[in-house]
This record gives sequence, structure tokens and C-alpha cells, in this order.
Amino acid sequence: MITSTKSLPLGPGYEGVRGKKIRYRDAFNSTLRAEMELDPDVFLIGEDISGGFDKDTLEPLDAWGGPFAATKGLIQDFGPERVRDAPISEAGFIGAAIGAALTGLRPVVDVMYFDFITVAYDQLLSNAAKSRYMFAGQTKVPLTLFARSGAGTGHAAQHSESFYSMLAHIPGLKVVVPSDPYSCKGLLAASIRDDDPVFVVNDKKLINLEGFVPDQSYTIQLGKGRYLSRGDDVTLIGMSYTSVVCQEASKILLEDGINAEVIDMLSLSPFDEEIIIESVKKTNRVVIVDEDTPRASMASEFAAIISDKAFDYLDAPVKRVTAPHTPVPYNKNLEEAFMPDANDVVATVKSIVD
Amino acid sequence: MKKNKSENEKKSVSISPKKLRWLYSSMYRIRRFEETMLEQTFKGNAMGVTHPSDGQEAGPVGICAHLTDKDWIGSTHRGHGHCIAKGLETNRMMAEIMGRSTGQCHGKGGSMHIADFSKGMLGANAIVGASIPLAVGAALTSKYKNNEKKSVAVAFFGDGATSQGVLHESMNLSSIWKLPVIFACENNGYAEATPSWYAVSTDDIASRAEGYGIPGLQVDGMDVFSVYDAAEQAVKRARSGEGPTFLEIKTYRYHGHFHADDPKKYRKQEEEDYFKSKDCLISFEERVTESGLMTSEDLNEIRNEIEEEIKKATDFALTSPMPDHDELYKDVYVEYSNSLLGLR
Repeated sequence: MITSTKSLPLGPGYEGVRGKKIRYRDAFNSTLRAEMELDPDVFLIGEDISGGFDKDTLEPLDAWGGPFAATKGLIQDFGPERVRDAPISEAGFIGAAIGAALTGLRPVVDVMYFDFITVAYDQLLSNAAKSRYMFAGQTKVPLTLFARSGAGTGHAAQHSESFYSMLAHIPGLKVVVPSDPYSCKGLLAASIRDDDPVFVVNDKKLINLEGFVPDQSYTIQLGKGRYLSRGDDVTLIGMSYTSVVCQEASKILLEDGINAEVIDMLSLSPFDEEIIIESVKKTNRVVIVDEDTPRASMASEFAAIISDKAFDYLDAPVKRVTAPHTPVPYNKNLEEAFMPDANDVVATVKSIVD
Repeated sequence: MKKNKSENEKKSVSISPKKLRWLYSSMYRIRRFEETMLEQTFKGNAMGVTHPSDGQEAGPVGICAHLTDKDWIGSTHRGHGHCIAKGLETNRMMAEIMGRSTGQCHGKGGSMHIADFSKGMLGANAIVGASIPLAVGAALTSKYKNNEKKSVAVAFFGDGATSQGVLHESMNLSSIWKLPVIFACENNGYAEATPSWYAVSTDDIASRAEGYGIPGLQVDGMDVFSVYDAAEQAVKRARSGEGPTFLEIKTYRYHGHFHADDPKKYRKQEEEDYFKSKDCLISFEERVTESGLMTSEDLNEIRNEIEEEIKKATDFALTSPMPDHDELYKDVYVEYSNSLLGLR
């Protein structure tokens, strides 16, 4: 794996490491299991994370095993105290998870769809993110939350958001956006072991994606991005699923003789400013690709950083390829038009490359 | 529903002399802290708004009398009484309100965010109702750790919070999971300026607990013995794993919502007179001296000690340094790799 020359290695590379090709969802599930085995204070809480109970024996059925089977099979080994099914009351059980974190546990919360965090936004903003600061370091909040984001699966306006910016905006909270099974494992493990509240955003379009994952335990340092490919002509910056989009675009661009360098941000708060600046100083052109809506977005933040710190190196305006300033539509054609795709990226690159 | 109709006259006798002394000194400490804090606020020495709780002392004191440092409480914007009842030091509290570096939270929390985790105080919280699920979470930790310490959690909140959804979610969660929680609703009749007869759909808030399978009791919150007895049962229930209890503590806020609020604009004088005639300190003094449990000299001695303590706390706060500029950037995260500086 290639990392920023100024960055520390992100963990084991792909070469000579024992591992296998698995799906993103399986990497997620097995990492949860590994972290629960490692630390008895780690427990899961969320709606339908086992799902269903036998009315006679009162035993959990694991009928769902969590949305997208993220937690399937865990209740058999860890029991209902450590895989705690919650009623549909996000503010209540996320608040309770924060209370548990404040008093010594390490809760991992399944928020189900990313959009649902807004139901508990006060708990996240006012309690999870601020307790350490308000109380001058008397406490910490080792809380991990995860949810499914993104359009493209026909889940429509209230189950398809990608508003990472609404979370990255909050001092006290960290946000990570894995883009493949390898980063899913490393970032989830790092998030659970981190002493601050971390939100792990999983794009639904990644969940069945396959990729190589080393067998050994490893973490990816929060706040570090990585190069997915190297090139000299233009920098493409992706996050979560748009890192996949950027890779697709770079292959198309290569056919036209344009060598794109692809950065996968991996973390949005903190984020790897160095890798962005390092790359833009070399390529002098940049396109940021974000499935979030454009106003006050991560794309806007990265653009501002580049214009501030690499202005003299730019040969073209900083370009952003984002979703439109609309909710996510249901109709397949409209939904596809909503999401930035490789063709959008290619067209934007061509508008700034001579 | 069971109502606690103060048959506590007899029971109060069984309270140990040491505990009786603690009850009185804690209530008097809160009273004098709040009065002094208000004076200092009007002198401009507090750095923001303050929400005094004088009049309501019997609630937190009657409940926290049954708690140790291993038990947790969640609190509100009107939280000084909860802090003092839970054993926080008045000098560090006063310093916090004055924004000093010696404050409980280094001057960064202020009146509405005083916490002391070493005393089991999860923090005052300025979002109405928001600390309730935190107490539920603390109770979850207690259960998760097999309740080794048998610690319990008390969620303090006002009548205003009973209209917040998160209270109802918290009651449901703690009931289905049988968590060791005590819901302590301090019904002082007003949410800011809005009376509870207008804003709350029942005049029997405790009855709402029934809908969640939680026993609910109404308690005379001007009488510390009533609160003490009800809380004793609630804490015992929680410690023995029987689940949550809801206490509606009928009390009164002697001052307005915040320091500069004049409650005469929205409250009747006779109402204030009525509650002041039931004042928790006066009724305590009468009860213990008439029954010979304490003498007026005993009480006088306690009052003098407290006066001295509050005076020292005020001097401590006034003479303490302001926080260093660096404090602005401390404790946002345990660890963070980006700069926290603003752009300027």
C-alpha cells in the first residue's frame, strides 16, 4: 500500500501478508467480534442487532443479526448483555450509551441508517462531543457509532443521506469513512479502541464490495489518508464510496493519457491535510468528489484548505464534484443523476486539464 | 398507585444523629451557597447566567442521603443543590461559577456544567432532559458489571423535562431492562415562566410512570423526611435489582428561573408565601427540636460552620486566578491530529 511520504505507514501492506478476499460486511462483522473478544468492556447496542425473541423461551433469535447482517452471529457468543437489542428510541439508547461510556464501558452503537442520527443529534452534540471539554478532562467518551449512508439503493430521501459534514463540524467528535474491506477493518478497530467518540460511516454501496484483508489484527491511524494510485496530472480526492468512483475515473482518464493521483481520505475528522497539500503541490490540479450535498460540505472544506495552503501551486481552479443541493430522490434515474459518477469526474477533470 | 402521605413522623426518629446533622447541614449549605452565589452574580462576579435552587433543598438532600460516591447522579441547569448534596466542594463550585482556573471544570463549564466524576456526579446539563439517559447509561454500566458495587443512578430533572421525549424513552428503557435508576422529578411548578398546570397534561406527574410499569410516588418536597423515606425505598429497590422508581418531588423555587428573572411577573404572592411557610429548613428545625433529637444550639453550631465555609469558598473563588489562554484548546479530544486553532 502506498502512503504519503510524510505520513506514517497505515498498517500492514498487501504484499507478503497472510489474508483473504472478503466482503466489506464480513470484515465489519469479524472486526466487531475480534474487538469484543479483546476487551470485555466493549458491547453493542442498537435496533435489531440480533432481532426477534422467542416468546416461550424469551431467548434472542438473531433473526436479523442487525441491519445488513452487520452483527449476525455475535449474540450466540456474547449474549444479550453484550449484544443489546434496543427499542426504537435513538435519543434514549444513544444517550444511555454515552452514559455507559462516561462510567467506564466502551459502547458500540448501531444507528442503522445514517439519517437516524438526527433523532439523537442532541445527545451526540451536547453530551458525547462536549462532556470531556465542559468537565475539563475529568472524563472521556470512548463511544463508537456506525451507520449506513449513501444513495443508490432506492431507499429514498430519509434513508440515503451522506451528511458527513454535519458530524465533522462538531468539535469533540471524530468521523471516519472506510472505502473497502481493508480500511473497514483497520478503521473500525481503531475507532473502538479510541478514547474519543468516533462515528464510522459505511456507504451502503460498499457493503458487498470484496477486497483483500490481512488476517492479523491491525489498526489504521485516525486522521490519515492514503494514495490509491499515483499520477502527475491531476489529484482526485475521494471519501467513502467516492474513492471507488475516483478509481474508476482514473482508469478512464488513463485511456486518454491523463495520469490521475487518487487520494482516499479515510478520515474526515481529523483529516489528512498533509496528503492533500503534498499531492496538489505535485499535480497542480485537483478535483474533490463528495456524495454529500455541496453547501458547507467536506468538499468545500478541502477546497478552502487547498486555496489557503497550495494557492501558488494551482494551475486551475479547485473543482468539486458533488451531489446537488436536493434531497435524495426515489426514482432510479433521478437517484443516479443525484450521485456523482466516474463520468462526472472525467468531464470535470477534462475541463481543467489542457 | 401508592402515594407517600407523610406518615414519616415516626420514621424520622430512626435516622441517626449523624445523618440528621448531615441532612440539615447539606440543606443549609445549599441555601447559603445559592444566596451567596446570587449576591456574587449581581456583583458581576459570576460570568454568566445562574439558576438558583433555594427552596428546593429537601429533594436532592433527601435522595443523596442514601447514595455514596459509587452511585451516579445526572443533573440540570439548576444543579448546585444536586452537586452539594452529592458531596462536591463549595469552594471549587463557587470558583467554577466565577470562571476561575481552580473551578471544578477549570472555569470552562460554568454554573450549568459542574461535574465531579470522583463523587459520582455526571454533570449538570443545560439541555432540558438531556442528562436523563446518561443516568440510565450509568445504571446500565452498573448492571453490565454485574452490579458488583450495586451502584444506582439518579436522574434529577424538573417538571419542564417531563414534556421531553427523551424522559419517556429513558423510562421505557430502564423499565424493560430493569435498571437501577431513580427518576427524581423536582416539580417546582414552573418551566422557566410557564406554569406546569398549563404545560403538563396532568397534575399527577408521578402517575405517568405507571404507563411504563414503574412505581410512581408523589412526595412533599418541602419536607426532607418525606423525601428521605421515599428515596430510601426507591434506592433499596434499585440496589436489589427490582428496577426503576419515579419520585415526583413537589417543591418550589424561591427565585425566578435565572438570577435576573422576576417571578412576581408570573407568580402570585400567596403561592410563594404558602411554600415559604413550609420551608424545609424551618420545618426541619421545628421537627428535631420539638422531638428532642437536636437542640437549637446544635443547629446554630451547624449554621455557623456553614457560614464560615461559604465565606471561605467565596474568598477562594474571588482570589483564584483566571484560566490560562491554553485552556481554550485543552480536553476537546483525548487525542486529535489536526489543529484546533481558529482561522484568523
